[in-house]
Amino acid sequence: MASLKELKGRINSVKSTQKITKAKQMVAAAKLRRAQAAAEAARPYAERLATVMGSLATKVSGDSAPKLLRGTGSDQRHLLVVVNTDKGLCGGLNSNLVKEAKNQAKQLIAAGKDVTFYLVGKKGRAPLKREYPNRIGKMFDTSMVKNIGFEEAAALEQELVGMFEAGEFDVAHLIYPTFKSALAQDPTTVQLIPVPTPENAAGGDAVVEYEPGEEEILAELLPRYVKTQLFGALLEREASEQGASMTAMDNATRNAGDLINKLTIQYNRSRQAAITTELIEIIAGAEAL
Amino acid sequence: MPLHFELVTPEKLVRSEEVHMVVVPGSEGEFGVLEGHAPFMSTIRDGAVQVYKTEGAQPEEILVRGGFAEVGDAGLTVLAEHVEG
Repeated sequence: MASLKELKGRINSVKSTQKITKAKQMVAAAKLRRAQAAAEAARPYAERLATVMGSLATKVSGDSAPKLLRGTGSDQRHLLVVVNTDKGLCGGLNSNLVKEAKNQAKQLIAAGKDVTFYLVGKKGRAPLKREYPNRIGKMFDTSMVKNIGFEEAAALEQELVGMFEAGEFDVAHLIYPTFKSALAQDPTTVQLIPVPTPENAAGGDAVVEYEPGEEEILAELLPRYVKTQLFGALLEREASEQGASMTAMDNATRNAGDLINKLTIQYNRSRQAAITTELIEIIAGAEAL
Repeated sequence: MPLHFELVTPEKLVRSEEVHMVVVPGSEGEFGVLEGHAPFMSTIRDGAVQVYKTEGAQPEEILVRGGFAEVGDAGLTVLAEHVEG
């Protein structure tokens, strides 16, 4: 049985933890709204770009297609771009992402491919490094950026496309969380490079005039498409992080409340017991006289 | 007949409205788009997109950077990387 003083100390410490989790929950709730709005605002651009891409990609094919669309002709070296968050306190979000990344890596390795990781965000580093110490490539730090914007996506795209042009990998996949709701964020894997040709591309019936040529436009469009995908992933990550954080912190606050109630009951019981013992001692002492 | 004009950046949908004419700074020269323009696609250079709300009205200028313009059945869509202001 813990002493009264110890119990009191524990109650106080749980109380201050609860204060922290509650504050974090409220911050996450406020930030979530903004992150969600940003993610939604980015959708029209991505959608339109995808339609344009689709109609162009079907027209330009074969050897004349840019390398980003065609690929290097082999699929031996794979790059997994894993988008994790920079901060913790967001429940199972990061471990789910890492799990997905490990699954993908396992499948690729089993198929005899070379796998390298490219890590965005701090939180995926440690667990992936533990599992695949020799396969961690570069990392992209976003922890110093307060509001993730298009610039970060552009920088990321430049580095990835640069690596691709330099022949450091053949295929790149992007692993990021898709924000469904505050309760559910699913890790998603999409192929980033070479850019997959959209399946339901509407083979334009109208004769479209291109200025300059189709290939020039496509060559300019592809990096932009990659950039948009990365930007989308970063925005989804922001929204997912806040959503997961809100849910996790809500749970933590509730658990702390339960624990405080339990400890308070225990504290009151021990106090009562102590008083009773003291009284019995006094009465026994008085009777002895 | 008005022309449906949309200006989109990665951050948001900047404009979506019915206008009379839009002059776009294409990479091979400016071009004006009226309603019923043939399907057309062009990359754009940094410059001002001029939006004419009605015929003969003062154009409204929007500075854009990087991207391209697409004219289809649905009207004109300008996908710009960045929009000033």
